[in-house]
Amino acid sequence: MTGQSRPNRLLRNLSAKIASIPMVLTALCVFVGGTIWTVVYSFTDSRLLPRLRFVGLDQYERLWRTPRWLISIENLAIFGTLSLIFSLAIGFLLAALLDQKIRFENTFRTIFLYPFALSFIVTGLVWQWLLNPDFGVQGLVRSWGWESFTFDPLYNQDIVIYGILIAALWQGTGLVMCIMLAGLRGIDEDIWKAARVDGIPMWKTYLFIVIPMMRPVFITALVLIASGIVRVYDLVVAQTGGGPGISSEVPAKYVYNMMFEAQNLGQGFAASTMMLLSVLIVLIPWAYLEFGGRKRHG
Amino acid sequence: MADVTAISPAELAGPSGRRPRRAISRRNVFIYGTLLLVSVYYLLPLYLMIVTSLKGLPEIRMGNVFAPPVEITFEPWVKAWAQACTGLNCDGLSRGFWNSVRITVPSVILSILIASINGYALANWRFRGANVFFTILIFGAFIPYQVMLYPIVIMLRELGLYGGLWGLVIVHTIFGMPILTLLFRNYFTSLPEELFKAARVDGAGFWAIYLKIMLPMSLPIFVVAIIIQVTGIWNDFLFGIVYTRPEYYPMTVQLNNIVNSVQGVKEYNVNMAATLLTGLVPLIVYFVSGKLFVRGIAAGAVKG
Repeated sequence: MTGQSRPNRLLRNLSAKIASIPMVLTALCVFVGGTIWTVVYSFTDSRLLPRLRFVGLDQYERLWRTPRWLISIENLAIFGTLSLIFSLAIGFLLAALLDQKIRFENTFRTIFLYPFALSFIVTGLVWQWLLNPDFGVQGLVRSWGWESFTFDPLYNQDIVIYGILIAALWQGTGLVMCIMLAGLRGIDEDIWKAARVDGIPMWKTYLFIVIPMMRPVFITALVLIASGIVRVYDLVVAQTGGGPGISSEVPAKYVYNMMFEAQNLGQGFAASTMMLLSVLIVLIPWAYLEFGGRKRHG
Repeated sequence: MADVTAISPAELAGPSGRRPRRAISRRNVFIYGTLLLVSVYYLLPLYLMIVTSLKGLPEIRMGNVFAPPVEITFEPWVKAWAQACTGLNCDGLSRGFWNSVRITVPSVILSILIASINGYALANWRFRGANVFFTILIFGAFIPYQVMLYPIVIMLRELGLYGGLWGLVIVHTIFGMPILTLLFRNYFTSLPEELFKAARVDGAGFWAIYLKIMLPMSLPIFVVAIIIQVTGIWNDFLFGIVYTRPEYYPMTVQLNNIVNSVQGVKEYNVNMAATLLTGLVPLIVYFVSGKLFVRGIAAGAVKG
């Protein structure tokens, strides 16, 4: 806040206040109001229409007894953990490779990043086609003579989530690479000189000097990936539709189906509140680390 | 940045950057080999999409899908655009395309207009409490959309906008606000303050400074914002399916309905042509904008 207050500041700032009305409305009515509304109604027995008849934790109890939700959570856990690990690892490796003063850096970067411009629907449909057992990769390898080759993640309940993971990584790693590359470029060149003078091998320099220095970059990437993971919805809808059976369901899809198809609003609210909770678990420690210690820069 | 050799690794003290005289070292083979291999993973889907969409259905069924087309045909593209069916409608993806255009254009304009004025107010005309709302806005960007889906349904229904195009435009404006406001706020903050002060001394007010000084100076950031919004809104699926009636479904929703419909023969070539058509707009934006797209991503990355 500005400390010195000028006499007619209040009046002049009227325009600024008017200009901020959309922001204030969005922040209060949609983000805060909407969230509180959903949380409150998750304790009711709303079905086709929202109504305020409180039933305590009934919706949550039912939620955690529903196999479909449990599978969704399990899928999200597997998908989330692996996509975090792989996105960070692949993103960093690609960035490190591109950072070696290579030729055609722009070309490679363009290739790695273009999937990020595509929607999850397009991504899902392409990979559905690519992983088609008759025509896709499996068919190709079999046509080379390896008849018993099996790679049909989208038709196998046990590994379908990995099929989705492959597509998600294809779409998203370019972004992580870009962030990492920016981080690597921000490392002081003297660090490299010093490491070279001391005769430290390159991989050791990366592992023990550069990566620790890039902590903020990693955290940014982590928060970005994590908030994307919870939202995974369109990719699954396009690629598998939740199948085979219900083996690739995710929480966001559960929420949508409950709210807009099964006419079971209360369940949808309870499930979305659980999603909010999982985000808060990631977000609050991060916000504390980021803004707790130092003041926000203006 | 000028010192090229500084970054080169310990074992290669020589010229590794600008003058690759001895290009075939073990290190280079490793680097380029890996990069090329990874490139295959990234390019294969695009290649397969293009190749499939140019083949006739018999050729797909008979032969190797990955092989280039023996006989190039554009029929799948025509069919995807003008004849592909969703439910009872058989007027192709063109309807979804025009819906998407009618959604994207006003959404982009409205969201950028509001966010830029907002960011300007936050950067130069801070008032008591402004930062509180801004912080809420930024944290709101991390709340899963699912939490706010239904309250917004109710709000739009009250306003009489639920199901139509304008309701969706408002939704896109709302959810684009956090990142765009941050983008503009940071940009306007980075401009020299003397400019602002001088204009104030000359008696210019809130809107005059915005229109005559800030706007002309911030063309690049507007382009970045447009890139973020065009790709983001064009690629949206969830809001489209929740907030619009079927006749207004955006292209992504219609595409999914076409490809994942269960009835009829699966026309893989038409499906891939449709998929490619839907991806074409953001791809063009990506390839035309180049470095600015990366800048937009970097702007998105610092969010929060």
